[in-house]
Amino acid sequence: MSDLIRQSAATLASAIAEGEVSAVDVAQAHLDRITAVDERVHAFLHVTAESAIAQAKAVDAKRASGDTLGPLAGVPLALKDILAMKGEPTTCGSKILEGWRPPYDATVVERLRANDIVILGKTNMDEFAMGSSTEHSAYGPTRNPWDLDRIPGGSGGGSAAALAAFEAPLAIGTDTGGSIRQPASVTGTVGTKPTYGAVSRYGLVALASSLDQAGPCARNVLDTALLHAAIAGHDPRDSTSINAAVPDVVAAARRADVRGMRIGIVKELSGDGYQSGVAQRFTEALAILEHLGAEIVEVSCPHFEYALGAYYLILPSEASSNLARFDGMRYGLRAGDDGQHSVEQVMALTREAGFGPEVKRRIMLGTYALSSGYYDAYYGSAQKVRTLIGRDFESAFDQVDVLVSPTCPTTAFKIGEKVDDPLAMYLNDVATIPINLAGNAAMSLPVGLAPEDGLPVGLQIIAPPMGDDRLYNVGAALEGALVDRIGHLFIEEAPAL
Amino acid sequence: MITRDEVAHLARLARLELTETELDHYAGQLDVILQSVARVSEVAGADVPPTSHPIPMQNVYRDDIARPSLPREDLAAGAPAWEDDRFRVPRILDEE
Repeated sequence: MSDLIRQSAATLASAIAEGEVSAVDVAQAHLDRITAVDERVHAFLHVTAESAIAQAKAVDAKRASGDTLGPLAGVPLALKDILAMKGEPTTCGSKILEGWRPPYDATVVERLRANDIVILGKTNMDEFAMGSSTEHSAYGPTRNPWDLDRIPGGSGGGSAAALAAFEAPLAIGTDTGGSIRQPASVTGTVGTKPTYGAVSRYGLVALASSLDQAGPCARNVLDTALLHAAIAGHDPRDSTSINAAVPDVVAAARRADVRGMRIGIVKELSGDGYQSGVAQRFTEALAILEHLGAEIVEVSCPHFEYALGAYYLILPSEASSNLARFDGMRYGLRAGDDGQHSVEQVMALTREAGFGPEVKRRIMLGTYALSSGYYDAYYGSAQKVRTLIGRDFESAFDQVDVLVSPTCPTTAFKIGEKVDDPLAMYLNDVATIPINLAGNAAMSLPVGLAPEDGLPVGLQIIAPPMGDDRLYNVGAALEGALVDRIGHLFIEEAPAL
Repeated sequence: MITRDEVAHLARLARLELTETELDHYAGQLDVILQSVARVSEVAGADVPPTSHPIPMQNVYRDDIARPSLPREDLAAGAPAWEDDRFRVPRILDEE
C-alpha cells in the first residue's frame, strides 16, 4: 500500500487487519510526516513517538496471534492537549500547566486505547480552549495547511490542522461553543460535537462544564462515525454522562439516504453576514440535498440572536469557577513562593504569570457576571435565554429532522487579524453556539472551496439530543454527492506542504 | 460603565495580580463586551425559567463502595512542592 498518510482511517484499518501493512509502518509513516511538516504547521505540542510505536507493535502482535482487531485498530490519532493522558504532558495550551503530567487517563483516552487506536501526540489549542484561532496558545499559533498565513480555527486548531496536513487520519477535539466545528470548517475536514453527555468528560479539563463535549474529527464522514462509535457511551465517572445506547452512527454513515427527510434552514442563521463564497457553497449544498430527495423547509428560531450574549456570560461564569483550581498549590506552575509572600499572594502571582490575556479576560468577565448585584441581570438572564433557545430548537425539530447552516461566517482569516479584538473573534461562533447551549448534536463537513479565496467552506448539520445518527446519514449523503461531482474529497486539493 | 477600579477589584477577587497596563487594557475591553452581552435581559422575562444544564438531571449517585485512590507518589510527582508526604504550601496565616 502506497502513500499511507493519504489513506482514510477505514482503509488503513482494513489493510492492517488484512496484513497488507503493519501498524508500526502506518505509525512510522505518520511520525515521519510530522517530522517533515510540523515545524511549519505546528499542529502538535508534544509527539508521543515512543508510546505510539509501542502501541502499534501491540496491534501487530495481536493480529499475529490471531485476535480479531477492532474497526480502527492500528489507526493513528492526534489528541487535543486538553485530555489527560497518563504520563504525557497535558498543558491545555497554557503556561500554568507546563511540565505537568497527569497521573491518570481520561475516559476518552482509555477508550481509544481499548480500541487499539494509536495516539501520535497532543495537539495545540487556544489556552484552556478559549478562542477561535489557536492564536491564544501560550506555545505559539498553529497554521492552516491550506495557507500557512491563516488560522486553522480554534480552539481545536491543532487537531484540525493535523488532519488537513495529513499528519493523522483521526483526531479528537472538544467543543464548548464551536471548537470542533469551526476548525473543521476552515480546514476542509469533518468534525462532530456529539449530544451533550454522549461522550464522557472525565479527564477532560473543564472550561464550561455545562457546554463542554469531546468529539471525533477526521477527513471524511465514515471515519468520523467510526471514531464517534469508539469514544461514545455511558461512563459512571461522569455524572452528566447519558445512560442510554449510543445511536448507530456507523450504520447511518453507510446508509447515506436523505429521501423523504425534512431539512430545515434557520431563518436567523441565513441572510447577510456571510462571505459570498460561503453563502454560494451553502446554497449549492441545499440544492444537492433537495436533488437527493430531501425537502428543504425554512424555520424560525427567534431567540438565536441572543445566543452569543448568553454564551459569553455563561461560559466565563463557569470558566471563572472551573479555573479557580489552578492556584499553584497541588500541580502546575507556582510563582512567588519565596518565603515572603502569603498563600493568597502566591496564588495571585502564579495565576498572573501562568494565564494568558484571553483567559484573564474571561475569568474577570465571569467573576463580574456572578458577583452580587449583577447576578440576576447577567448570569440569571443568560440562563433564561438558554431556556428560550432550547424551546426554539424543540419547535424547529417538531417540523424538521435536521437543521443546516453555514458553520462559519467566513473562510479562514489571517493570523493576527482579530487577535486583540475579542468581540470580532467571538462572532465566528454565532452559528455554532446555540447548539452547545441546548445540548444538541452537530457536525461540520466541507461543501466546497470559496471561489474568491480558494479556501474550504463548511456546512453545519444540527440534530436533536441523541439524534447524532442523523448527522452522519445526511453528512454522508451530501459528501457522497459532492465526491460524485468532482471525483474526490475537497481535502485532496489541499497544498502538498 | 465598568471602571478601572472595578477591574482592579475583580482581579483581586479572581486572584490575578494584574499589572497597571493590563488594568487599563481590560477596563476598556470588558466594558465593550459587557455592553454587547447585556442585551440578554431584553427577553429574560419573569415567566421564563432558567436553564443551568442542557439535560434535565437529578443528582447521580454511585454505590458507596471504597475504591483505591491515585497513588500518592504519582501526585507528589506533579506537585510544585512536596514535603513529608504532603503538599507544601506558603504560609496561610499572618504572623501578627
